[in-house]
Amino acid sequence: MPPFHCTRHSDKTVAFLPLVAVAQNFQTGRAATVTSAYSPWMLATRVFRLVGNRALSTSICLRGGHGVAKVEDYTLPAYFDRRESPLPDIKFVQQLSPDQKSLKEKEKGSWAALSKEEKIALYRISFKESFAEMDKGTGEWKSVVAGIFFFIGFTGLVVLWQRNYVYGDVPHTFDPEYKQKEVQRMLDMRINPVEGFSAKWDYENNAWKK
Amino acid sequence: MFSHVLLKVSSDRLWSFSSTASVAARSYSHGKQETDEEFDARWVTYFNKPDIDAWELRKGMNTLIGYDLVPEPKILEAALRACRRLNDLASAIRILEAVKDKSGPHKEIYPYVLQELRPTLSELGIPTPEELGIDKA
Repeated sequence: MPPFHCTRHSDKTVAFLPLVAVAQNFQTGRAATVTSAYSPWMLATRVFRLVGNRALSTSICLRGGHGVAKVEDYTLPAYFDRRESPLPDIKFVQQLSPDQKSLKEKEKGSWAALSKEEKIALYRISFKESFAEMDKGTGEWKSVVAGIFFFIGFTGLVVLWQRNYVYGDVPHTFDPEYKQKEVQRMLDMRINPVEGFSAKWDYENNAWKK
Repeated sequence: MFSHVLLKVSSDRLWSFSSTASVAARSYSHGKQETDEEFDARWVTYFNKPDIDAWELRKGMNTLIGYDLVPEPKILEAALRACRRLNDLASAIRILEAVKDKSGPHKEIYPYVLQELRPTLSELGIPTPEELGIDKA
């Protein structure tokens, strides 16, 4: 950690520059040590230096340089592709390769001079997916339907096994001979003779009506 | 052919068919109701700020897209010119994508907007998503 120098800035215009650097760093969304020369510690201490003009008691000096919380990743602006928010807070690609940097310089000139590939490259620097890509379906439904069919099939197997190994025999009243006697008895009793059961039996010829 | 009414399907704008200055004739909300022209003028002024910064552009666009309407071509032109001032071609293309997305099922809106913006697009050298092929996934 660089030592914190408790110097006071009386010149406000000079003190403004670090604030701009702070603002720019927060805009790029990464106050981490990788991309910028300003560590979060230094960023915060510079901010404190600006406001510490009036009250030394609130400055970091008094706290021995331990007044600043570590900047957590999740607190920084994030990138996300959303239909309802077309321009995200940060660009998708944060660390630019030298090619990309030179392309960004070229972007400052006439856009008509850029080739189609360069324009697409610029788009991909700023954005991860185009609207068409972010809106397209995932095909997840196929997995879901396949899973449904699989488990229904599996359940069928379980039911078959149950029939075989779990359930006992059906009662004797299901035997064909018994059923025959049952039907004969119903016909003898003239069950539903008008429109139902017995109405369909031809008593003359001892057969079902055709 | 396409009046303000077609492009703006906002529920509180369905009433204002005329271009006269608005009077609180309906009492469904407090105070004077902003006309379509005033709304447009306000947004054009917002994007026409000469020293607009990237945050303001993003905030303006995200807010505008949040409304229940497709922005008028003149607002979009001001936004595209703001992108030019900020040297941000990607955002300009994104804005066009967002307009097409915003039209939803009304497929005739996007070609109309492109037709109106054609001079600006040619002048600034902004390609449409279709020209770049990023309109297909």
